[in-house]
Amino acid sequence: MASSDTVPAAAARARGLAPFLRSQMRNIAPFLTLIFLSGFFAFASPSFATLDNLGNILTQVSVTGIIAVGLTFVILCAEIDLSIASIANVTGIAVAYFTLQESYVNIANVPLPGAVAIILSILLCALLGLVNALGLTVIGIPSFIMTLAMMQIAAGISALLVRGQIAYKVPSLITTLGSGSIGGIPWIVIVAAIMLLGGHLVLTYTRFGRYVYMVGGNREAAEYSGLNVKLILGAVMVISAVCSGLGGMLGVAHFGSAQQNEFDTYLLDSIAAVVVGGTSLFGGRGGIGNTIVGLFVLGVLNNGLDHVNIDSFLKILIRGLILLAALVINVYAQRLREKAAE
Amino acid sequence: MPAGHQPILELKGITKSFGGVEALRGVDFALLPGEIHGLVGENGAGKSTLMKIIAGVHTEFSGRFLVDGAETHFRSARDAHAAGIAMVHQELSVAPDLTVAENVFLGNQPVNRFGLVQWRRMAREAGEQLARFGIYVDPMSRLGDLPIGLQQLIEIARVLFSGARIVILDEPTSALSPPEVERLFTTLRRLREEGTAIVFISHFIEDILRVSDTVTVFRNGRKVAETASAATSKGALIEAMIGRGGETLEHSYTDDLMLPRPSDSPVVLKVDQLSLARSLQDVSFEARAGEVLGIYGFMGCGQQELSRILFGKLKPDSGTLAVEGAPKTFASTAAARRAGVALVPESRRDMLFHQEPVYKNISISILDRISALLLKPAQERDIARHQVEQLQIRPPVVGLDLGMLSGGNQQKVALAKWLTYPPKLLVLCEPTRGMDVGAKNDVINIVRDLRAKGLAVIVLSTEPETVLSLADRILVLKRGALVREFRNEPVSKDRLLEAA
Repeated sequence: MASSDTVPAAAARARGLAPFLRSQMRNIAPFLTLIFLSGFFAFASPSFATLDNLGNILTQVSVTGIIAVGLTFVILCAEIDLSIASIANVTGIAVAYFTLQESYVNIANVPLPGAVAIILSILLCALLGLVNALGLTVIGIPSFIMTLAMMQIAAGISALLVRGQIAYKVPSLITTLGSGSIGGIPWIVIVAAIMLLGGHLVLTYTRFGRYVYMVGGNREAAEYSGLNVKLILGAVMVISAVCSGLGGMLGVAHFGSAQQNEFDTYLLDSIAAVVVGGTSLFGGRGGIGNTIVGLFVLGVLNNGLDHVNIDSFLKILIRGLILLAALVINVYAQRLREKAAE
Repeated sequence: MPAGHQPILELKGITKSFGGVEALRGVDFALLPGEIHGLVGENGAGKSTLMKIIAGVHTEFSGRFLVDGAETHFRSARDAHAAGIAMVHQELSVAPDLTVAENVFLGNQPVNRFGLVQWRRMAREAGEQLARFGIYVDPMSRLGDLPIGLQQLIEIARVLFSGARIVILDEPTSALSPPEVERLFTTLRRLREEGTAIVFISHFIEDILRVSDTVTVFRNGRKVAETASAATSKGALIEAMIGRGGETLEHSYTDDLMLPRPSDSPVVLKVDQLSLARSLQDVSFEARAGEVLGIYGFMGCGQQELSRILFGKLKPDSGTLAVEGAPKTFASTAAARRAGVALVPESRRDMLFHQEPVYKNISISILDRISALLLKPAQERDIARHQVEQLQIRPPVVGLDLGMLSGGNQQKVALAKWLTYPPKLLVLCEPTRGMDVGAKNDVINIVRDLRAKGLAVIVLSTEPETVLSLADRILVLKRGALVREFRNEPVSKDRLLEAA
């Protein structure tokens, strides 16, 4: 899962196997968690370990997966984006706003051709990401606070657009990608897979990806290396917003409606997927591979808890505890790694 | 002179080692009440180690430790504090967001019987205390709004008035202006009258001679001289600090070294009237291609700020920079790099990626040149391998995480990173600090090599040896201003220290 090619063999030779395993804990622990959870649910429920259910899980994590791609970039830079769910929501609403709705929908909207609606919506989320980027880099507002404000701003725009109403129609391309399928595979799963793969390729094989890891690993050193740190931080904030926007558009098609507060749970889910997967909250470690494992851990957990017929209120608590455990491992893995490096 | 009193503090045969290296060897030290005791010595001579033992920071050592004639062993800085010993560290440690009064009373604000802070009383008492020090500020103003020198004076005042019987001041004057130094000295003399014992550590030997009664000189972990201030001179103290004769294997730079004739090759960097708040005043100089320019000065003389300005990390308040004749105002370090300027800061932690392999650390500076979009790891490794070979980095494995290399080899990686670039001007801060002799020599050879290739190199250091071993021309920076230039003339450690 590690995105860096740190010649593990040489490292193992130099330090022995135990320290090597310890340094890889952030990659190993989430994987073990996933295997354990899958095994547990397969054992507890006969309906869990079926091909159909695997399809369900994949579909269920797709929107989160699309949003989490951009968030992985942000967290790798040791920043955070709390506006992802709101931006997803406003972009989904915008694309519906620019589409002709049925006559019973009471929204004073602006119907435009589908392609134009999609382009405008993407521009909107990119613009909101740019505002995040400028706030963070030019003004110097910590990303936690900046994106907290953006969360409200995006929610506010959503509210003004739909005014408490619900829109249903989105451009046909979005409808297909969000709720259609090809050869039995939902398009949304394919889109999520392509975006995750794309994110992985960018992070692993491009110069920009390397810069993201370097800025996250040691921002001071990146600056002393003459990297344009602000440009890179700004770029990841825009990437995050655009991924969120895409997730929002497809999500609206997937759910079949666009309304206020539709994506609220996706904020926590996306952050959880990235962090549970083992990407370091301190930046510089982890990657899309980790995010994929994190997505599956969350997906298996949510889906599996439904299969074992557990009190749905207890479900929330269990998710919280799992997230806490992942955070503990995350922080602990960082400490072990730092010790191993000394 | 308070001679004949019983020492308030007496240390006998103190030996302290860090991981097998002896920092102090059988040091005797006595402090009398009502005495100002000056302490001089080079970096690493053992002054600070001894003071940290006295202040209860280092608790493991051998030797006897007597307070008021009674054997004592501090287990923590808290114990030392309870015994009336207080220390002002070199780095400012104030709370800039609190008021002046809160800072003066930090940790023991006057409270009423409900446990509430008595603001009015605190402000009044703080004002009175500071006035004794000749500081007249509104006690309710925010400390961070005051000039740095004043903040430092307030910190010193806090410690001096905390009721301590023994006060240790580590480089208290480096950030102070001459009138502020004067105020500090007046207060120290007044405290001496009241019977407080004061230890005064400084690189500024003039200051030591002016204010102290006794001076002790340290060299290589030993006390080499103790004398009445009135009976010595700056020259004699410098001589005692450096020592004569071949005590170490290294070149000791005590004899005159002839600097070469200044080169007339093209000017790479021209700095004109650079000023920055209290750190730098009207600094102007030139650096030429194929020349190593040394800039020497004590800790806190403004070197660090100067190097950051050259690399676009800090913006000067006024003054101009020109690279190869073109005026520059660097908006970022990226802009400085594009203009051909490179910096290796004094802390390797700040410029290297410890959790990344060696080759990524080296290739980072040229990544934009070898790859437009996609990385070329094979080429990166080749370039790194070439550098590792050239600079003899050990172990020669480019895939190894940087954190596993020794300090000297990390420093070489820091150089390798810029050598691949390569810049027109390379700024090196403390390039050989904390290295063993072998690694030092390697670094010296690398720098000479760069000079031969026509780079302009600026070496900034607080260690005279570093500057002397590398530079063709030496500037001396003192309290933010250039005070002396050595060119085409004999120079030695004595002469440098004399100038600084």
